[in-house]
Amino acid sequence: MIHTASLKTLAAQLAQKKISSVELATLFLDRIERYNPTLNAFITVDRDKALAAARQADAQLGAGETAPLLGIPLAHKDIFCTRGLRTTCGSKMLANFVAPYDAHVVERLREAGMVMLGKCNMDEFAMGSSNETSYFGPVKNPWDLTRVPGGSSGGSAAAIAARLVPAATGTDTGGSIRQPAALCGLTGLKPTYGVVSRYGMIAFASSLDQGGPMAASAEDCALLLNAMAGFDARDSTSLERAPEDYTRELERPLDGLKIGLPKEFFGAGMDDGVRAAVEEALAEYRRLGAETIEVSLPNSGLSVPAYYVLAPAEASSNLARYDGVRYGHRAAEYRDLIDMYEKTRAEGFGAEVKRRILIGTYVLSHGYYDAYYLKAQQVRRLIAADFAEAFKQCDVLMGPTTPSAAFRFGEKSADPVAMYLSDIYTIAVNLAGLPGLSIPCGFAGGLPVGLQIIGPWFAEARMLNVAHRYQQATDWHRRLPEEFA
Amino acid sequence: MSLSLDEVGRIARLARIALTPKEAERIREELNGILDFVAQLQAIDTAGVIPMAHAVDVVQRLREDCVTEADRREDFLAIAPEAEAGLYLVPKVIE
Amino acid sequence: MSQWEVVIGLETHVQLLTKSKIFSGAATAFGAEPNRQACAVDIALPGVLPVLNRAAVVCAIKFGLAVGAKIAPRSVFARKNYFYPDLPKGYQISQYETPVVAGGGLSIRVGEQEKFVRLVRAHLEEDAGKSLHEDFHGKTGIDLNRAGTPLLEIVSEPDLRSSAEAVAYAKALHSLVTWIGICDGNLQEGSFRVDANVSVRRPGAPFGTRREIKNLNSFRFLQQAIDYEVAWQINELEEGRAIHQATVLFDPASGETRAMRSKEDAHDYRYFPDPDLLPLEITPQWIEEVKAALPELPQAMRERFQADYGLSAYDASTLTATREMARYFEETVAAAGKENAKLCANWVMGELAARLNREELDIAAVPLAPALLAGLIRRIADGTLSSKLAKEVFEALWNGEGQDADAIIEARGLKQVSDAAAIEPIIDAVIAAQPKSVEEFRAGKEKALNALVGQVMKATQGKANPQQVGELLRKKLAAN
Repeated sequence: MIHTASLKTLAAQLAQKKISSVELATLFLDRIERYNPTLNAFITVDRDKALAAARQADAQLGAGETAPLLGIPLAHKDIFCTRGLRTTCGSKMLANFVAPYDAHVVERLREAGMVMLGKCNMDEFAMGSSNETSYFGPVKNPWDLTRVPGGSSGGSAAAIAARLVPAATGTDTGGSIRQPAALCGLTGLKPTYGVVSRYGMIAFASSLDQGGPMAASAEDCALLLNAMAGFDARDSTSLERAPEDYTRELERPLDGLKIGLPKEFFGAGMDDGVRAAVEEALAEYRRLGAETIEVSLPNSGLSVPAYYVLAPAEASSNLARYDGVRYGHRAAEYRDLIDMYEKTRAEGFGAEVKRRILIGTYVLSHGYYDAYYLKAQQVRRLIAADFAEAFKQCDVLMGPTTPSAAFRFGEKSADPVAMYLSDIYTIAVNLAGLPGLSIPCGFAGGLPVGLQIIGPWFAEARMLNVAHRYQQATDWHRRLPEEFA
Repeated sequence: MSLSLDEVGRIARLARIALTPKEAERIREELNGILDFVAQLQAIDTAGVIPMAHAVDVVQRLREDCVTEADRREDFLAIAPEAEAGLYLVPKVIE
Repeated sequence: MSQWEVVIGLETHVQLLTKSKIFSGAATAFGAEPNRQACAVDIALPGVLPVLNRAAVVCAIKFGLAVGAKIAPRSVFARKNYFYPDLPKGYQISQYETPVVAGGGLSIRVGEQEKFVRLVRAHLEEDAGKSLHEDFHGKTGIDLNRAGTPLLEIVSEPDLRSSAEAVAYAKALHSLVTWIGICDGNLQEGSFRVDANVSVRRPGAPFGTRREIKNLNSFRFLQQAIDYEVAWQINELEEGRAIHQATVLFDPASGETRAMRSKEDAHDYRYFPDPDLLPLEITPQWIEEVKAALPELPQAMRERFQADYGLSAYDASTLTATREMARYFEETVAAAGKENAKLCANWVMGELAARLNREELDIAAVPLAPALLAGLIRRIADGTLSSKLAKEVFEALWNGEGQDADAIIEARGLKQVSDAAAIEPIIDAVIAAQPKSVEEFRAGKEKALNALVGQVMKATQGKANPQQVGELLRKKLAAN
């Protein structure tokens, strides 16, 4: 079953000429054609471009070139700009936008030889936790088509869960890689802020946004991160660090690993099924030689309110460029300039995006800045300081990625705050700029459950090691929804 | 904390988003719900805490003063809603 | 009018002399076809990001040093949010709470009065694009070439008390920013644009409500706009109406100011730190490096000119109006000798400046090298040339005739005749030919001597030394 193979296996098969990149791309493109109408995981698929890239990869392979990702298919979240292939960000505003450049991540993965099959559905401008805010319609969870895949990288998650593609990119501002990874039974990594360039990645909240890999396993994610990470002079927040091999620690034994369990992550509000799966995973870690200790992140409960001040504030400004002047949607009829702006933006943005722009505008407006924005920034520092304190006692933190497994369509969309609280365990990580990883750790009521692993800044290699050893001892990450097996 | 419809209108104008009266009413309720929720921050003592604007504590990297960008006007104007004579066109601006 | 005091503060937008934009690698050259120098960052395509230009920061440091200001070790870029078609991102990247330069000031001179004008701050920001109001089927065209050009916005305290002071300040600032090489100073191209905050009050009363006159790009318009605005405000107040804070435009055609319509509801700028840009750090070492490369500043040079060359404050100030002028003067003095400094000053500010002015030339383009002028000045100083002949030699040098002053003097036989034996016969002839003047002089009419000197000069084709001729005449007339 080649469509369930790991990236390492795929690379080996390609290198040994057991399969060609064109065959591999065709296989996945056929799966997309068959299953995407059900899942709506892709917004745009470009078979011709994909096959051309696969032929190029085959030529390289034929010439004896080897590279860990050469010839392997990939999908991008539709937030990454791709030159010549439309980039919608899940919005009517950009429904016909074709970027005249590639995002840094897109360049890097293409240079690594990966073959892009298409662009994945997402919550509009990455604002959402269920993929219900996409202008292109909701994405369905392959594990239960009546449930959400999570968001905002829900298309990427559903596509991998149904093996329409072996790997995809995502972005994570408040949990948008980890939460859908958890809800779809995948491995997803949000790197340390600044490790992956944001150039060409459409901004939601600049001080929180970070791109990262999504795939079946930690090993796959490590290989993907090797290609995605790296300094980019075009992003002022891209960090100048020596290149790292994120696979280097994968096999390291876990003896002596100190796992901190934030007591705030194990309180009320977590579903029993999630709790049971997470507890069992922790027991497995102890069997693997790790030690668990209780730690505290006293201010983590404030992360959701702080986030819902800071992220909308940044978003309200980041999304001001969508004004119908230089690209994107413009209203068909208007009286004058201001009317053109107001109608263009009213028509081009969906309800959740407008809500966040308005909240953000309000908290930055005269007389409210100190009470909301500045206060939230101060709380952000308290939250970050809690993590620094906790990491004095342990190597990584663990807990549930989400309080519950995948919820039903419409279940939370009527109440913004209820929706926001589905990211209660993931948001603090973004505020502190830390790396966070979600891995599948069991099921609750037939739906995947995610275990979140949080590390100190730049601990990605260690975290991937911690995840990989667990995945060698368990097979949750290899489970497939029957309908898409 | 409760927003009036007038305040919703003022914010929407600042954000350049047209709202119908019905939308304004719905948004007023939603924003009030969100503002009630984030109001819990007010109870926290943050005296002396330096606001955190960035996820990492580094300083700005500087670019050397070189012209690196070629003219790509045709590419850019090709995706504009309305352009003519090398210019983006907008409804008349009155100063 | 005398019962009202005028209060003016200026905000000056200085385009910085960098090759590329403040946050992108697009060119800043003036005059390109529309939108050919607007890159993805400048037009705010989705996903693009700003990276700060080092040269723009160096300009800010230079300015801070030149005005004796405090240079912030850490400053922050903020977003100023408003919608306008020439502002592609929907926000301008500027500095708000922590500007790169704070305080300082500069001296201005109005007539004989010298005054120190304090500065509030100077901050880095990006310029906006341009709206072209020619009619495109009733629409406005947007050119974003200027978007992202680095600006230093320099804000003065409301220390200015007249349009003349405002103009003197603007000129001093203009001279300074071109002097230290951070701005090309081209007013027509918008490299130096002034906003004037104007209010009036009764002396001793609190500040009145101000109106801001936007975008004045000539010193003359600055003067006219302020004068009109002041008269208008006084009239309003005297008629019992209140002044309302407003942004106004000056119409050079009518000479009037009028309130802008478009900015009325744009007053909530929602400044916040730009999350795409990290804090700007300026280390003491960096400041030292910039300082070491800074030219001698005009104020210091003025003081040195007075001390070393014995020039008046006025002369020193005129000669340091631009760095090129000062350099030209110093090179002339170096070649002519320090003892001739005053003569050099007179010639540079007099004949040379007048000639440049007449031909609308900048001193940087002067065809006459300082060493050549110095050669001429030496011949004046040693009595070889009369001032009249000197002007003729200057003319020839300007036109590139002859190798130097001496060669021209030689070729044209312009040497002043100071040999008494050669002049005496001519004097005798003049005395003989002008009995009436001789009579008048002897009768005590001093003026009559001038007429006789004039005749001798005429007879010698100007080569005689008039002073010497006068003395000889006096001697002869006394003896006879």
